[in-house]
Amino acid sequence: MIGLEHYLTVAAALFVIGIFGLFLNRKNIIILLMSIELILLSVNINLVAFSSYHLDMVGQVFTLFVLTVAAAEAAIGLAILVCFFRTKGSIDVEDVNVMRG
Amino acid sequence: MTVAVVTFYLFAVTLLGGALMTVLARNPVHSVLWLILSFLSAAGLFVLLGAEFIAMLLMIVYVGAVAVLFLFVVMMLDIDFAALKAEMAKYVPLALLIGIIILMQLGLALGVWGTSEGFEERLVAPILLDQPNTQLLGLLIYDRYFLLFQLAGLVLLVAMIGAIVLTLRHRQDVKRQDPITQMMRDPAKAMKVHDVKPGQGL
Repeated sequence: MIGLEHYLTVAAALFVIGIFGLFLNRKNIIILLMSIELILLSVNINLVAFSSYHLDMVGQVFTLFVLTVAAAEAAIGLAILVCFFRTKGSIDVEDVNVMRG
Repeated sequence: MTVAVVTFYLFAVTLLGGALMTVLARNPVHSVLWLILSFLSAAGLFVLLGAEFIAMLLMIVYVGAVAVLFLFVVMMLDIDFAALKAEMAKYVPLALLIGIIILMQLGLALGVWGTSEGFEERLVAPILLDQPNTQLLGLLIYDRYFLLFQLAGLVLLVAMIGAIVLTLRHRQDVKRQDPITQMMRDPAKAMKVHDVKPGQGL
């Protein structure tokens, strides 16, 4: 029988993979954004698993809002990325400090 | 091993494998495709948990919109990704160290956490198992959490306006339509009739 702990383990592993990706792809903002999506997905799995095993619907409502914010964040992040690439010609995180001011 | 157990392990392994390949893939296009596989497996897990609406939302919004947005951006930008990947090996020890530390910290909680006494009576919105998932969710977000629902819409609106403002640019060398000039045009001055005599120019 699959219990709550199984889902929590999967979500924890997914979270760690997301963090791993953040540190591994220091140069590539696109994969950084994808890693953030993975981290948010792991949070969603936790919320839905608790909601389902404790028979409380509010967890799924929270998941809905996490999805909304994640989608908005991806859109804005990619827009900034496109903007940055036009002026700088690269997507290196080390170059981003020219954006200040 | 029942069908549910096998399905759970299938989706879980696909999810984690897809996530790992997302961060490790050399080509960002492959990375996005692995991300799509992860999202689809997560949707499968949500179906197993009985959250069908969230699962369908994940497929439509994430696979249909966000992943395709990533794909567009990856293909639109002309970047030498091989050079970016070349330095990846430099960060592997640090990334592994931090990953293992966080995994151990999360593992500390495994098996020792518990729920508080009598949480069954304190549920905010109990799931009635004879009602469909979508109906229960709709009753909540259109009634009790209506303000939050509208604020989520506002977040999306602001994100949309922000993305458009950030990426809009006016090129100087492109001919554009000017609606104001078109509307203010006077028909009387727009056309002139010349009476041209035969054998003569204007």
